[in-house]
Amino acid sequence: MQISKRSQISLRATTYGVLVMLYTPLILIFILSFNTANSLTWPPRGFSTRWWSTFLEVESARDALSSSTRLALIAMVIAVVLGSMLSFALQRFEFFGKNSLSFLAVLPIALPGIVTGVALRNTFVRFGLDLGFISVIAGHTTFCIVVVHNNVVARLRRISPNLREASSDLGANSLQTFRFVTWPLVRSSVFAGAILAFALSFDEVVVTTFTAGAGIQTLPQWILNNFSRPNVLPYVTVVATIVMVISLPIAWLAQRLADPPNDKLV
Amino acid sequence: MAHPRFGLGTLLSGPVLWLLVVYVGSLALLVVSAFFGLDEFTGKATTQLTLGNLNEVITENAYRMLVLRSIGVATAATAICFALALPVGFYISKLAQPWAKRGLVVAMLLPLWAGYLVKAFALRAVFEPGSDFGAGGFLKNTIGWSPGFGYLSVIITLAYLWFPYMFLPIYSGFERLPESLLDASSDLGAGSIRTFFSVMMPMLVPSIAAGSIFTFSLSLGDYITVKIVGGKSQMIGNIIERTLLAPNQPLAAAFTLWPISIMVVYLFVMARLGAFKNL
Repeated sequence: MQISKRSQISLRATTYGVLVMLYTPLILIFILSFNTANSLTWPPRGFSTRWWSTFLEVESARDALSSSTRLALIAMVIAVVLGSMLSFALQRFEFFGKNSLSFLAVLPIALPGIVTGVALRNTFVRFGLDLGFISVIAGHTTFCIVVVHNNVVARLRRISPNLREASSDLGANSLQTFRFVTWPLVRSSVFAGAILAFALSFDEVVVTTFTAGAGIQTLPQWILNNFSRPNVLPYVTVVATIVMVISLPIAWLAQRLADPPNDKLV
Repeated sequence: MAHPRFGLGTLLSGPVLWLLVVYVGSLALLVVSAFFGLDEFTGKATTQLTLGNLNEVITENAYRMLVLRSIGVATAATAICFALALPVGFYISKLAQPWAKRGLVVAMLLPLWAGYLVKAFALRAVFEPGSDFGAGGFLKNTIGWSPGFGYLSVIITLAYLWFPYMFLPIYSGFERLPESLLDASSDLGAGSIRTFFSVMMPMLVPSIAAGSIFTFSLSLGDYITVKIVGGKSQMIGNIIERTLLAPNQPLAAAFTLWPISIMVVYLFVMARLGAFKNL
């Protein structure tokens, strides 16, 4: 297809313009975390590492960081197990209700988070269960299952069933086939799904707000509760920067694992 | 070898128990509880059935406007994502140098993982209107104008947050277009604009529909962005939160019927456009 030089240049300008728009606010937060002033004004009043060096003394932020990490790890493990099981079932077998189940598997991310949050909260309260760590884990696991499933099922679709048949023709039982044929091929997609589930849980705030009791505060909730308090605000920029610095490389790794550029699957 | 049905049963039991019983069960209970009454003294839901909540959220004029405004905000954010993702997806897929391609795709998707609140908060720093004393945020003090905190900032922020969800399916859609088809179109005398609208766009519809599900749904239910950059703005999520904490659980449940029914209709329309082939 022939495209005029002028349109090519304007398309390229749009693309790089969008990149600039995407990253400017993120860089801005990074710079503002070294601001001497405790406001979001621009330009920064002066350079200071005060907030960085004292942020570990902010107990609420430290607690929030540890709750978020524990929560994300547990939700990730449950979601990896259940999400992978779902993918294997949907990919390998034909059964009644399979299409509805595939549709159901996208529902937790296709419906707004507030609906999921209010629904789960309602269920817990009605059955007399306390809102706390367990209920937040239940909420997070629900959408993390979907993320793991999407990753694993995409990989499973690319693996030819011939491989499994060949393996069993050569005398392997189903456990051996899984161990030596299927698992090595899906492994990286399971890891990628796990990382994305962790990142999603670490970042989630809506479902958390509705399923957490009074005693729980995750890192995103901490940000939400403190962004408008002038004396805590500078620490919010520090925490925000830390979240970015940790999650961006991990997400990059997950993307490499999910879709290795030159891997040839049969 | 074990019977295959046995394997299926084992594999399905865990996830189905979770998704069907915990998730769908909760959704069903939520819908039912919209018809429950409220005990004025304890603030708890009773099991006495009533149509009052439903009546209130449907007929009250202020609530109708709120719903319409939320749909408007979600539509506007989706439109912005689409308007940007289309040229960007086209450029990266069809015009970018092969060596730059992968890096550009990753660069477009990576901000998705920077943290929802981190990004909303970052945009607060961008839009901060400042006061009469002159102190202002990034836009105010670099270009001299800022939308301030209001619906416009909410729309821009939502578009910023969910852009990658629209970009990825559109980019993949362009990648799937066979080169030969575009060549055939130009061999038959179509110019690039004609090829774009008559050949590419029809084939991209399912990808656009898939992307729009996320941008629309995530924007429609949002209430936190509204709190951070919206100033006095209100969306449907804010009223759900407020009524729930009032506490009036049945009325909050009735309010959630709005986003649920809007999304059911939306998903149905998008499914007809082929969105689920691309999720």
